[in-house]
Formats: sequence, C-alpha cells, structure tokens
Amino acid sequence: MEHHLEHSIQHREKRLRHLQEMDKSTMEQMLQDLREEHQHLVAMEAHSVDGAEQGYYQQLLEQNEDQSLMVQKEIDTRYQKQIKTVTPKAPLIKNIGRAFLVGGLICAFGQLIINAVMLQYGLDVKEASPFASITIVIITAILTGIGVYDEIGRYGGAGSMVPISGFANSVVSAALEFKREGMIYGIGAKIFQIAGPVILYGMLASVLIGLIYYVLGGV
Amino acid sequence: MGTRIGNRTLQFEKPIAIRSWATVAGRKEGQGKLGRQYDFVIEHNQFGEKSWERAEQKMQQYALELALEKAHLYGHQLDYFLGGDLLNQIVATSYTARALGAPYFGLYGACSSLAESMILGSCLLDGGFGRLAAVCTSSHHDAAERQLRYPTEMGVQRTLSAQWTVTGSGAYILDQGHGSWQITQAVPGKIVDRGISNSSDMGSAMAAAAVDTISTWLADTGGLHQLDYIVTGDLGKIGYEICKNELTAQGYDIAGKYFDCGMQVYHEEDQDVHAGGSGCGCSAVVLGAKYLPMMAEKQHCRLLLVGTGALLSPLTVQQGETIPGIAHGVLIEYRQEGL
Repeated sequence: MEHHLEHSIQHREKRLRHLQEMDKSTMEQMLQDLREEHQHLVAMEAHSVDGAEQGYYQQLLEQNEDQSLMVQKEIDTRYQKQIKTVTPKAPLIKNIGRAFLVGGLICAFGQLIINAVMLQYGLDVKEASPFASITIVIITAILTGIGVYDEIGRYGGAGSMVPISGFANSVVSAALEFKREGMIYGIGAKIFQIAGPVILYGMLASVLIGLIYYVLGGV
Repeated sequence: MGTRIGNRTLQFEKPIAIRSWATVAGRKEGQGKLGRQYDFVIEHNQFGEKSWERAEQKMQQYALELALEKAHLYGHQLDYFLGGDLLNQIVATSYTARALGAPYFGLYGACSSLAESMILGSCLLDGGFGRLAAVCTSSHHDAAERQLRYPTEMGVQRTLSAQWTVTGSGAYILDQGHGSWQITQAVPGKIVDRGISNSSDMGSAMAAAAVDTISTWLADTGGLHQLDYIVTGDLGKIGYEICKNELTAQGYDIAGKYFDCGMQVYHEEDQDVHAGGSGCGCSAVVLGAKYLPMMAEKQHCRLLLVGTGALLSPLTVQQGETIPGIAHGVLIEYRQEGL
C-alpha cells in the first residue's frame, strides 16, 4: 500500500511540471485526488507501529500538502489576475496632495508656536519646541474627544497621522473606546494598543542611535 | 418527517446512524484517563505547525479524515459538514471545511457545539436533505487560554473552580440509514442564566441549563427507567454536583447513571486541572473514546448526551455581564447487530 501511494506522489510530481498548461478541471480533479490521498496517509500515520513508519508517512504527508499548495496556488493566481482588472485604484495624487496640505498645516502651526514662544520668552529652539508638542497634543485630544479629529483624519490621511497629533489621537481614541471594559482591563490595558508599537520601537531606535553616536565618539 | 414529543423533544422518524467516529487528543490528554482510547495522540501541542490555531485546525482535519477513513468515505461524498470551535469566528472549523470541500454550516454553541451540530445534522438528514453529514468540533488549551484569559506562559494561580480546556477534536459521521449507534431523539436547549459572572466558574453557570434540558427530556418522555447513561459535556466537579443535587431534588433518581465528560479526561490528583476538563473538544473526545464504545458492552443501551455551553466572551466578562448557559440534549441508542 505504501509503495502505491509513494509512487502516485512521484508520478504526480512529474505531471506538476506542466502545471501551467493544465486546465482548471484537471487541477480540481488533482486536488480531490490529493485530498483522498491525504486521508489515507493520515490513517496510516495513526496506525503506524513505530516512529520510523510514522516518520515515513509524515514525509509523504508533507509532499502531499506541498503538491496541494502548488495546485491551489496556480488556481489562485489565475483568479487573482482577474481581480486586478476590476479593482479601482486609490487616487494616489489626490491623497498625497491632501496629506501634504493637512500635515503641512499642522507643522506650520507648530512652527508658529515655537517662533512665538522664542520671541516672547527669549528661549532657544530646543527649549521652545516642547511648547509646540504640548499645545498640539492638547488640541488633538480635545478634537478627538468632541469627534472632530476623525474627520480631519479621513480627509488628511497620513498627513494627520504622522505628526505628533496622530500619536495623541491614537491614545485618546483608544481610551474613549475601551472605557466600557473598566479602568483596568479596559483603559489600562488598551490605551496604548495603537501607540504601543511607536513607543516600543521609538525607544529601541533611540537606544540604537545613542549607541552609534557613542561609538563614533560624539560624546 | 420527525415529530415533537411533549414540550420540546424531537423524535426523528428515520434512524440517523453514527456510522463512524474518530478522536484526536493532545499530549496532556494522552497522559490522562483515556490515553490509549484516542485514535491519535499528538506529541506536542503545536503539532508541527507555527501557531496553536493551526495546530487546532490540523487536529480537526485528522479527526475528520480518520473518521471518514473508517467509514470508507471521502470528504466530497458528504452532503453536509457541521461543526464549531472556540476560536474567534470559529476559524478552525472553517479552515477544515475549506480542505474538505463539502457544504458547510459553522455553528457556535461554545462547548455545546458538538451536541448542537449533531441535532442540526440529524434534522437535515431526517428532513431528507441528504444522506451523509459529518460533525466535528475541537478546542485547544493554549489557543483558548491566549484568547480568553492570559498568555500561555504567564504565571498565574488558577482558582479551584476553574476548568482546563481540553486539547482535542472529535469527528462523527452521521448516516441516514441503519447502524448500531443511532440518534433517535434530541432536546434543543434554552438559554438559562442564573446571574453568574465569574468566568472561572463556568460549571456553575452551565449546570442550571443542563438541569433544564435533562428535566425537560425526562418530563417529555418519562424515559428515566429506560435510560442507561446521562452524560453532560463539561460541567466539571462543581457543576456536576449542582446538576446532580438539583435533579435529585426534583425527584429523579439518577444515582449511578449520571456522568460528566469533563471529569473523565484527566487524572484529577496528578494533572492539576482543578474542576476538570472543558471546551468543545471535551465532550467530542470523551464521547468517542469512552461512551460510544462502552455502550456496545450491552445489547441495548440508551445514552442522553447533554452538551453544555457557556456563551460568554472576554468582552462581556470585562463589561460585567452575566454568563448565559445552554445545554443541548441528544439521545443516542445502541442496538447490537441483528436485534
């Protein structure tokens, strides 16, 4: 019995070299054969008397599954070619334009604050820039709370997400969403659901850059 | 066509045979009470796959293929495939259905999914809409833990009422024809919610539903004296005691007849599982590995399988909602060949 199935797998392997010329019904018949073969192999694996025999059937099962995957992939590829022809494309230029406008406005507003603070209190750029971050974060938090920021996000796309306002929006919106699940499992556990990766990898990146700076003798 | 008896018991007209079945169990379950009776015990709970979820799906596929092999059938010959699991959106079962290529109903009844699938499968076949149906359910301890409770490697102390999700899968081939094991009656469950919101005490939440279903069947048919076994799905030790006491208080003498699948999987003392096993896989593996073979020891045997489910979600638990319990009853009869 085992020789028979091993042989049929090898025989199919040869046929699969011409997979691209096969029509769909041949491939579907082949998938059905593969499923039936899989069933027999699983039964043989279950009835194996020792590890060696079990290993032998596991190996055949692996080959069987690889062949199934190959045939399925060919069927899928042909289908996916069709999808491309009917799927509408995202309006790239329009989206970029809007992102530039919204992101630019947010950043220009931040720069305005920095300049005003520098002028008013005689601070340098390093000291003045936190004023801009804090102001934008507070304004975004309020706009998120009253349901305005998601409209800005819908219009501006990446332009409203990339500046620090996007970060504030992701934290506040998570807090709003999960307050129903309570202070601990809700807000406590989920507040950084979206912002978490930014915090984690932002910190890791800063450590890495700090190390490079140190090694290059910048200290 | 089938008929209704009493309040809500279904009597199937045609015999629905359980033609074959197979069980696949995890490593811990393999070391438990029924170790040698499973058709396949996986060596590692990852089953050679990259995720717990894929491992669960592979267990289902193995169970189903082994059951089909025993019945000398192939997946494409099935008229229906019904089943469910505990993963979000019952994905394990849907992926199994993808590989099977049979018409598919994905059902969610938490741990009552097996009984639920058996009832609906029997209804389809009794209604004349096909001849062969497969039902299959599964659960995977690690996949369920990470989804419903904590990450698998997190060190937490489990409460004594908590149950251990069984890693396992059972598949059953229903055949509209004669056979030794037959599904003859069923009792669809109603939701019973006794206001329990502790998700670590699901046995108590489900016990009330089990009592409702069992007493309904007993009242509808008056069949207690003909019944050899009442087997609940996964009430565990605590739920089992509640269910036993309530039925006894209602005047039903079930001593020596009543068992719970959740208490048959593990060695209680050594395996640290507290109140017992649970999950869609629990009744699925115990029914196939223990009770169906046990029924064949008698010439004629009647078993009422009561699949119990706690229909909660992590979200409803966090929002402080109570746990709706359900219990579906299936009457399985065994008759020795020629009788």
